[in-house]
Amino acid sequence: MNRHAARAAPFIADEARMHWHDKAVWHVRSNRDRAVASVPEWEALREIAAQVKAHTMSHLADYLETFERNALRLGAHVHWAADAAEHNAIILSILEQRGVKRLVKSKSMLTEECQLNHFLEGHGIEVVDTDLGERIVQLAEETPSHIVLPAIHKKKEEIGTLFHHFLKTAAGASDPKYLTEAARGHLREKFLAAEVGLTGVNFAIAETGGFVVCTNEGNADLGTSLPRVHIACMGVEKIIPRAADLGVFLRLLARSATGQPITSFTSHFHGPRTGTELHLVIVDNGRSGILASEAHRRSLSCIRCGACMNTCPVFRRTGGHSYDATVPGPIGSVLAPARDAARYASLPFASSLCGSCTDVCPVKIDLHHQLFLWRQELSSQHLTPLVKRLASRVGSLVLQRPWLYSALGWLTRWFGRWLPRALLYPKFNAWGRHRELPPMPPESFRAQFRRRRA
Amino acid sequence: MALPELPTRGQRFEDPPAQFAQSLASVGGRCERSPNLAAVRTAVAALPTVLEASKVASLIPEVHAGNVPLEQIEDPHALADVDVAILRGDFAVAENGAVWVPGAALGRRQALPFITQHLVLVVEPMDVVHTLHEAYARLRFGGPGFGVFISGPSKTADIEQALVIGAHGARSTVVFLVG
Ligand code: SF4
Repeated sequence: MNRHAARAAPFIADEARMHWHDKAVWHVRSNRDRAVASVPEWEALREIAAQVKAHTMSHLADYLETFERNALRLGAHVHWAADAAEHNAIILSILEQRGVKRLVKSKSMLTEECQLNHFLEGHGIEVVDTDLGERIVQLAEETPSHIVLPAIHKKKEEIGTLFHHFLKTAAGASDPKYLTEAARGHLREKFLAAEVGLTGVNFAIAETGGFVVCTNEGNADLGTSLPRVHIACMGVEKIIPRAADLGVFLRLLARSATGQPITSFTSHFHGPRTGTELHLVIVDNGRSGILASEAHRRSLSCIRCGACMNTCPVFRRTGGHSYDATVPGPIGSVLAPARDAARYASLPFASSLCGSCTDVCPVKIDLHHQLFLWRQELSSQHLTPLVKRLASRVGSLVLQRPWLYSALGWLTRWFGRWLPRALLYPKFNAWGRHRELPPMPPESFRAQFRRRRA
Repeated sequence: MALPELPTRGQRFEDPPAQFAQSLASVGGRCERSPNLAAVRTAVAALPTVLEASKVASLIPEVHAGNVPLEQIEDPHALADVDVAILRGDFAVAENGAVWVPGAALGRRQALPFITQHLVLVVEPMDVVHTLHEAYARLRFGGPGFGVFISGPSKTADIEQALVIGAHGARSTVVFLVG
């Protein structure tokens, strides 16, 4: 049942690689820090962003209706999908009705969540992810390991080998500039041949019916300004009330994500380009369930900047794939159990509860608190391992009784040094797997404290 | 919970155009100041990207005549071989090096600023706001249309965090602030 730890084991086993990953991700966190420090009103912006999101979530149905009305007025088609299956079916029917076979996609974690690629490929559609990182993982038949940096787990040599195979780059070449240039050439052809462009949505503006897509590569723009059909997929939580709210969110987003002051391209789509079609697919897929939960509602405020994963000591050392969820890291560990508590029960425990995620979150989601809440809920639903539950029960019993605590402390101090290893480090003691107990001290902390004060 | 009031202004910069130039440089772009369009014309003609270009698409005839018949282009795919695109931006944002490019001027050629190999943006008359708060205070999204903030060239860091300029879109972005 200890899924995260089990999945992380092979990643951790290669220690050099683990440190490399840790450093790469931390580098992004450091860039974020520098960018944040340059904005004196950062904390005020976070507060406003959190309030705008909280307000929007408490009026979500109204804002969604307003958004739909305005989007229709602008000439867009609006489709509602209750779940992933409906989302995929809607997109397939748009493609089939137009007899279309070639689709280019820019980054959309929602379509990952719905496993759209596999579904469409099963129906004979060519789906090309155009974000470089996503294209890399697509060619490698993997999933993104990070929501902003999909291929951060891959070394350039591995990408070189992959590109050598698929894009005919020189054998052994691993220079990022060379590889990016090769991908540029390869994807240009795909852009020019595409019949439909699919994008995600970063922000959907209720009052205008428009939406904003942010990329650094410009792939969303190339993917939508050439073909005659643009499909934009969004979760219901992407709504913001006013265009002016973008002033707050866009100042926060890229700085939190990569430390840039804004993404290279921040495109505002209001209705279809002349002579083309625009389809908006608005997806629930479990979000209304989270919305209904007072305790977890705040997790819907996420703007997918990735800062919480970049700062997370567990994410950095275990890699995104160890979470086995579309969104990894702290926010993923909060969202996933809401989707399937039994399957993702180990994720809220993949945290030291240090609170760093909460500190960096631009929309002030109380992430470590959310993780802690999940731990309690999962334990009470008996979805955590028995050993963990028993240990917590014993811990609680002991910590509530000072006399028992001192007595056990005394016993351990005296007998601990003679106990055989098999008893001190039994199989179920996960904590002892990589750690040695310190030498037993001659007296307890309380005794020392009393003596020194005297 | 009520919808909070938004800030109408954020941090202020002593010299917004200078800050814009600095922000743009930090994202891999370049800013040039010019007294008038004639000066921009001279500067653009001397850009290495323009000197080497075989196809220049210009929406500002005063700056460059261009040799791509933009008016006649119906299908954006015809823009695939544009080397340099020269177009107007409405205003610039000091804090992040972005220029607002409205889609209205592009029309069916919306692909132009993205498909071109190199991009030249001209903001005339020079108009630089401090932060995005002021930017959104002036943008109006009444009807259908497209608009984009462009901050420097296209880039990626998807291979081992190494910054590479020129992912899919423009390999270079030069912004002229005029006046
Ligand atoms: S939870 Fe916060 S920090 Fe994490 S990705 Fe979402 S917005 Fe960013």
